Amino acid sequence: MVDKQRVDEATGTKTVGHEWDGIEELDTPMPRWWLWTLYATIFWALIYVVLYPAWPMVNSATEGVLGWSSRGDYEKAVAMRETELEPIRQALVNTDIHDLPNDPELLNNAIQGGRSAFKVHCVQCHGSGAAGSKGYPNLNDDEWLWGGDMAAIEYTLVHGIRNPDHPETRFSLMPAFGRDGILQPSEIEDLVSYVRVISGREKESGSATRGAGLFETNCAVCHGSDAKGDRTQGAPDLTDAINLYGLDRASINDTITNSRNGVMPRWGHRLDAATIRMLAAYVHSLGGGEDAPGEQEVASEEAATETSEDEQS
Amino acid sequence: MSNPDEILDPELKLYEKRKGVYPKAVDGTFRRLKWVIMAVTLGIYYVTPWIRWDRGPYAPDQAVLVDLANRRFYMFGIEIWPHEFYYVAGMLVMAGIGLFLVTSAVGRAWCGYSCPQTVWTDLFQHIERAIDGDRNAQFRLQDAPWGPKKIAKRFGKWTIWLLVAMATGGAWIFYFADAPTLARDFFTGEAAFVAYATVGVLTATTFIFGGFMREQVCIYMCPWPRIQAAMMDEKSLTVTYKDWRGEPRGSVKKAEAQPGSFGDCIDCNQCVAVCPTGIDIREGPQIGCITCALCIDACDKVMDQVGRPRGLIDYVTAEDAELEKAGQQHTPVLKTLLRPRTLLYFSVWGAIGLAMLFAVGNRTRIDISANHDRNPLYVQLADGGVRNAYTANLRNMENRPRTMEISMSGLAEAVLWSNQGSRETAGQTIMVEVPADSVGRVRLFVAAPGEGPAREEFTLTVRAKDDRTAQDTHDVFFERPEAEE
Repeated sequence: MVDKQRVDEATGTKTVGHEWDGIEELDTPMPRWWLWTLYATIFWALIYVVLYPAWPMVNSATEGVLGWSSRGDYEKAVAMRETELEPIRQALVNTDIHDLPNDPELLNNAIQGGRSAFKVHCVQCHGSGAAGSKGYPNLNDDEWLWGGDMAAIEYTLVHGIRNPDHPETRFSLMPAFGRDGILQPSEIEDLVSYVRVISGREKESGSATRGAGLFETNCAVCHGSDAKGDRTQGAPDLTDAINLYGLDRASINDTITNSRNGVMPRWGHRLDAATIRMLAAYVHSLGGGEDAPGEQEVASEEAATETSEDEQS
Repeated sequence: MSNPDEILDPELKLYEKRKGVYPKAVDGTFRRLKWVIMAVTLGIYYVTPWIRWDRGPYAPDQAVLVDLANRRFYMFGIEIWPHEFYYVAGMLVMAGIGLFLVTSAVGRAWCGYSCPQTVWTDLFQHIERAIDGDRNAQFRLQDAPWGPKKIAKRFGKWTIWLLVAMATGGAWIFYFADAPTLARDFFTGEAAFVAYATVGVLTATTFIFGGFMREQVCIYMCPWPRIQAAMMDEKSLTVTYKDWRGEPRGSVKKAEAQPGSFGDCIDCNQCVAVCPTGIDIREGPQIGCITCALCIDACDKVMDQVGRPRGLIDYVTAEDAELEKAGQQHTPVLKTLLRPRTLLYFSVWGAIGLAMLFAVGNRTRIDISANHDRNPLYVQLADGGVRNAYTANLRNMENRPRTMEISMSGLAEAVLWSNQGSRETAGQTIMVEVPADSVGRVRLFVAAPGEGPAREEFTLTVRAKDDRTAQDTHDVFFERPEAEE
């Protein structure tokens, strides 16, 4: 190789001796400052190794005299954010929930906070879009079993639904008409027909007419003789297009036969008041939120059939 | 060419120390051109951030401002939003093609006159001459032992360099924030850390590159000379030593003694003495030559003194050099300039420029985009209707708050409301206030009867209330549950 070395005519520089299809490389010396940049990087590396985590050891890396860690950075960032959010949390707790809609900025902050909290605590049952599924209410729609104004939603969040360990929980119990032998299967079929007629799913029939009588005796006490439901006991409106467990015959039959008693955990002892208020604001903002009622809706109390499901449907 | 053995260092080293360059002061056409260009470019650089431009109460009044924090780029009457970044990309493409155009027409003019490295090196060399004296005095000072005089001169020179470097780094940050405010904060120690860090880094690079690295940057660090080598052809202007006229070299005395046996070059070495990169142009075109043409000035002056025609060193294309050597006329300048290559570069450059101008002139300053909620896709309502939700972004790109009207069309019996309204008060339009120069976000709810196709397209339109001609539309879908049972 070395014997191929020659001096290039045009530049007067020696070649390195390699040759590729007639292309040769000049052996031009590197500029000396370039070497200094190499030394500078080595020098910097030495400083870095002392200052920052560098050498991998058995369990962790060397710590570095600055004590820096990415985990520490993260914790600092979280703590800083918490400090920033503290005034908002304070303001939320100190504001009467009925006044919250009058403070658009605070309301928006609450909704954004609720969106995050929802993703952690609520999506397991209600789904990430709060659309629910069979037995788990869709929080986007405009039907509420226990009330859809912000205060009612907050009450549901704090006390839950059918929590046996808590006296203030929202509670109601629909009898299992079939399983407990209160009604015969054929009577239940007639009731199913009636419910489907009043919710616009079926045409009038003999079965439905028979069901109407049964409804008045057994169901109207909770659902009302007009079947519009009663929010004080979480009895759903049976005349509309929404039903938590489905409006097909089999589902309604199952509901009347075996009853439904959905449970929602109470969050009052798990989450702080500000977070709960944020969740209430968020759920209220999804599209079905109602204005605070002037007086509590008291639907006509009549016979009972189907009972409440969970909070809202 | 000399005997290679003489040139070759017997102990070939891996690394080579920089050879000092001590360019001599020179005056002439190109030197004056360099002065003008230096004044203009440095003037633009230092003054631009301080130019004010009234945009009303809702926007900064700085003519050129890269507002990174708020993601806005202001350039006189033009304001660029992040989604319009293609204008910046277009300007960069134009700058690139502009360099191609300049290089193919006039060679390394960028390197010789307007490259920041050249301009600041030139400035630093003038400072150097003012303190240390001209070329020969600089040689002497360099070789002199360290004494009070040398220390004083070195310290003085470096101090002035450092001040220039700090002014250079300092000016840069004013492009990114309101200049008067930042200047006050900077000197009272209240500016952001990044401002000090930027000034520090740019001061260091200016000081080192302008004071010590100089031609090393051009020869070893900059990729552009390599790229330029590919951009140039035989019709590109280069600084050329006319060896057919100059060789063999000989002093005036020798030429008088033996008339006819010497060329015009009197071997006075003035071309080498004035060269800011320390090369000898008489060795032919080389990567170290930035075509600053100071050697042309130096040589012309000498030619005048010895009474020979100017232009022994001159801007000549390689093609003209061949013609001249053969005793023929140069190709006409226009013919050299207007060749397919330059015309192509120019038309591409001009086309992009015109297209951008047209686009800037016609862009709308109001914009709507809407995202359909996918989770859930639709919501069954108690009365049998179906509701869909959308998150709409309304861009108000004017520097005043605007009331915007969102309306919908193409969806039968539908009503529209926002998160501020309710279905009871819903109608066909809603009004949204959007602050000046910002994006308003609004959640839209649309409810329509449950009977209908599972997927229906309709249009959302936004209009500014203060200017009904400004509008934008966005097509979205309305989803319904598939027919059940």
